Amino acid sequence: MQTTLDSHTPSVAHPDGHQDLRVVGLLTFLASEFLMFCGFFAVFLVFRSAVAQWPPEDTEVELLLPAINTVILVASSWVINLGTRAIKKNDLAGLRLWFGVTVAMGAVFLVGQVYEYMNLGYGLTTNLFSNCFYLMTGFHGLHVFIGLLLILGVLWRSRRPNHYSDLTHTGPEMAEVYWHFVDVVWIVLFALVYLLTLI
Amino acid sequence: MQQIPAPLWTLVIGIGVTLISLWLGQNNHWLPEQASEQAPLVDELFNVMVTIGTALFIVVQGAIIYSLIRFRRRQGDHSDGLPIEGNLPLEAFWTAIPAIIVVGLSLYSVVVFQEMGGFSPGGHHHGGTMVAQAPQSSVVDVPTNLLAQANDAQANDIYSQMQVYGFGATPEEEGKAPDLTVNVTGMQYAWIFRYPDTGIVDGELHLPVGRDVQLLIQAQDVIHSFWVPQFRLKQDALPGQPAELRFVASREGTYPVVCAELCGAYHGGMRTQVIVHSQADYETWVNSRLAQAPGEAEGQTLALGHGPKDPLDRIADQIAIAPQQMVRLTNQLKPHADGLPQKG
Amino acid sequence: MTSADLPLSAPVAPSSHGHPDRWKWYDYFTFNVDHKVIGIQYLVSAFIFYLVGGFMAVLMRTELATPDSDFINPNLYNAFLTNHGTIMIFLWIIPAAIGGFGNYLIPLMIGARDMAFPKLNALAFWLIPPAGALLVASFFFGGAQAGWTSYPPLSEITANTAQTLWILVILLLGTSSILGSVNFLVTIWKMRVPSLGWGQLPLFCWAMVATAALALFSTPVLAAGMILLLFDINFGTSFYKPEGGGDVVVYQHLFWFYSHPAVYLMILPIFGIMSEIIPVHARKPIFGYKAIAYSSMTICLVGLFVWVHHMFTSGTAPWMRIFFTISTLIVAVPTGIKIFSWVATLWGGKIRFTTAMLFAVGLLSMFVFGGLSGVTLGASAFDMHVHDTYYVVGHFHYVLFGGSVFGVYAAVYHWFPKITGRLLNERLGQVHFVLTFIGTILTFTPMHQLGMQGMPRRVAMYDPQFTGLNQLVTLGAYILAVSVIPFYINIIWSWIKGPVAGPNPWNALTLEWTTASPPIIENWEVLPVVTRPPYDYGQAPAEPAANQESLLSNPH
Repeated sequence: MQTTLDSHTPSVAHPDGHQDLRVVGLLTFLASEFLMFCGFFAVFLVFRSAVAQWPPEDTEVELLLPAINTVILVASSWVINLGTRAIKKNDLAGLRLWFGVTVAMGAVFLVGQVYEYMNLGYGLTTNLFSNCFYLMTGFHGLHVFIGLLLILGVLWRSRRPNHYSDLTHTGPEMAEVYWHFVDVVWIVLFALVYLLTLI
Repeated sequence: MQQIPAPLWTLVIGIGVTLISLWLGQNNHWLPEQASEQAPLVDELFNVMVTIGTALFIVVQGAIIYSLIRFRRRQGDHSDGLPIEGNLPLEAFWTAIPAIIVVGLSLYSVVVFQEMGGFSPGGHHHGGTMVAQAPQSSVVDVPTNLLAQANDAQANDIYSQMQVYGFGATPEEEGKAPDLTVNVTGMQYAWIFRYPDTGIVDGELHLPVGRDVQLLIQAQDVIHSFWVPQFRLKQDALPGQPAELRFVASREGTYPVVCAELCGAYHGGMRTQVIVHSQADYETWVNSRLAQAPGEAEGQTLALGHGPKDPLDRIADQIAIAPQQMVRLTNQLKPHADGLPQKG
Repeated sequence: MTSADLPLSAPVAPSSHGHPDRWKWYDYFTFNVDHKVIGIQYLVSAFIFYLVGGFMAVLMRTELATPDSDFINPNLYNAFLTNHGTIMIFLWIIPAAIGGFGNYLIPLMIGARDMAFPKLNALAFWLIPPAGALLVASFFFGGAQAGWTSYPPLSEITANTAQTLWILVILLLGTSSILGSVNFLVTIWKMRVPSLGWGQLPLFCWAMVATAALALFSTPVLAAGMILLLFDINFGTSFYKPEGGGDVVVYQHLFWFYSHPAVYLMILPIFGIMSEIIPVHARKPIFGYKAIAYSSMTICLVGLFVWVHHMFTSGTAPWMRIFFTISTLIVAVPTGIKIFSWVATLWGGKIRFTTAMLFAVGLLSMFVFGGLSGVTLGASAFDMHVHDTYYVVGHFHYVLFGGSVFGVYAAVYHWFPKITGRLLNERLGQVHFVLTFIGTILTFTPMHQLGMQGMPRRVAMYDPQFTGLNQLVTLGAYILAVSVIPFYINIIWSWIKGPVAGPNPWNALTLEWTTASPPIIENWEVLPVVTRPPYDYGQAPAEPAANQESLLSNPH
């Protein structure tokens, strides 16, 4: 690999002087993270296929509240997208508005989830189904919570003048990508844990 | 590739390698004696793999050593080697040949596996033992609330449709009931053998030679693995999941029963023996055991059946189970004289 | 490190910009984001853990010198066997081969000034020391004793606190591995100097692409399995408890879905290292560049579908035993392609027996044997007999010690001059090689025989009939223990006092040799431009470096 000196290359480049790869990196990480949930899903399906009645008697799931929660979470993915679209047009107020709405929706989702937990009448250790139920929804809830922190972090930073603009908006973009991830995981989870009980 | 050896040399080396490989394949004596009808099948597969492996080993190691000597850098030589970047036919050759070999070997392995009975563990052919349990164990269509009224042990059977793992009947014995069934339970750190036909409980496995034997294997606490090296058979004893080993012991003698799955601190001490009797001796043993009082019979060899020279004697008091405790343990095991152990 | 900047005090180019040109010694103990610092941090930590894991191995072999359990308490023995495995896999091979050489070499090989995410990279490394500390702490609670596989129910009823700490260690190291892999993948994908196409990418980088992809695929599944185990032990769930309706075999699937690919995580980077070292020291282009690159990707892909071969005797349906026999044996094909290609690279070369080359060729030789015994294990009918015996222990040590550890040694001898700017002592290197080679054969070959004859693995006590072979193995293990002494002396001595290497002591053509040794902080004053393939030896008479002849014929 013979090399010659290239006089056109700037001799002093900052290590971070390359193109911004953070969104690509986050996507790669989330693809991996998704496989952890796939592990949980697979375990859930194996246990489900091994018994005649799943979920067992007395540990049935609530359907109405989670359905509303699902609508809220899926809708919030559209809302957060409005926020990043706004900043790409240099509309900082729009970014703050829509991210703020997303935070509110995510918080409602989490409160709804906790409300559901408190009214189910069974706990983590009741039986194998409740083990899976609390573990999977709980881990998803943790990811929603982390997503909320990320969005709040963006809102906090947006207070700095000129921190986000039509040219620099990687932070909001990453928060959006992460939020979509949380959404996708929930859709699969909702289908497996809730909708499959209807069949 | 300018240094291609003369065809004659290739031929001589080829014949030599073939002869050495064939000889080693037949005369390696690396495996212990064969004491089951399954063992020769496994050994044949192993010997074929040794033959092919030896040939490949000699050829590749030979090529490495030859290259190292022939193509070593000489003193003062600063030049580079030949700029060969590849050779498509050669690469295709050494992709295709191993591919053919491994596909052939895997098919051969599958055939051996089938002949050993690996395709039919827990099959429905020996109706007497397994399907007899059907009312409780295959509750696919039974409403769960009916089961819930049954006792606790049966309530666990809502987790039904259990698959049985291991080795079942060989193709020739397909559809026949085994001559003898023994329930095997692994626990820290002992094996317990229960003969449902006679009610005998023992710490050693006694079998008649030349008969079709079915072991129904379960574990009491953690995973164990039932292994008799001379039988070439091994099956994990899994808590909550029934397993089966069906085989024919082909040679009289005493062989070790080894636990092959880490099961705790004294895993290495979890050993007993299988004694393969002639039919007459086996009957004598059964009768002598039946003549003993039941409690005495159970207490006798239930602790680990180690001989006096056993290295484990020093720790025997730590790992062996007292006779009275063993009677209690065996009573705890659910009676399943009529077939596979229940999950629970 | 005796004084401030001794370890890296090779000739220093004058600074042309604002940065310091060299890190000070204390920079190596900080949250430094330079990929070279991180690479060295990984390597040094890994070599420390290597001694810890090796010490445990020596204690275990001492116990096994006699049939009785008479040297250490059997609980402690199990703690050693568990943590020996855990350390050697997660804190030695993976950090050394992937974290160490991956971080140090990838940016240098692709003409980048650093990794794509330097801070993430530093974070990935700094998860390792707390993980190591937790593992040491677990010994105060008896140490995890259920084997590195930690199968429930044993892992759920034995030394609960230590087992919990062990799970946290695995989760931390898994996170580190995922973060590192994100970095490797994005860096190789997006940060190559514009003139470096995929077809000219050094084979080490190709291997790291396969490694990172495999880690990203499989590690999270292990995390899922570990989290369930954690809940079972500490929070009363019953995922793996049969009495609560759980299933012990589910854990094995989750575990091996990661842990079989983990075997490839440990060997793929080494395959990459082999493909770098052999052409340089044989002075020939690598034979079949494309075949080697694609076979790495094939191993990565097929390697995801072979995990059940660790469970042939467990709760495994017949169809699985068939499918996974076939898929397992198929892995032998791409592996064979690599071995044959390396042998063909040697053929017709001008082979220089540097210590790096000795270890590379030693690896090749070991791997042929380990690969063949691996094929026998893949055939399920034979695996029934030898599964969970010393045959398996012999096999995987042949590929992990004879393979991965030889590879790490070879890489150290090859790139030490680049990393430190100083040459290692060749004579000590030869002593190290001979001891390691003999020790490896003596330790791991008799194990196959022991397993076939009936000795199960993970036992602290065995039948007296196996005493002779076990003592041979123990002797071999002691030789291996002694073999690291000249190596560590060589490393420490040469780092301080070794002769200056110059930028390219081996006359190699990949990009890392175009900069100073050790490279300056951002690797190059001016980024290099690629004009030739990475292994373009033999095209033009190479001009010998000034000290070439003395380097090759008179070991220092």
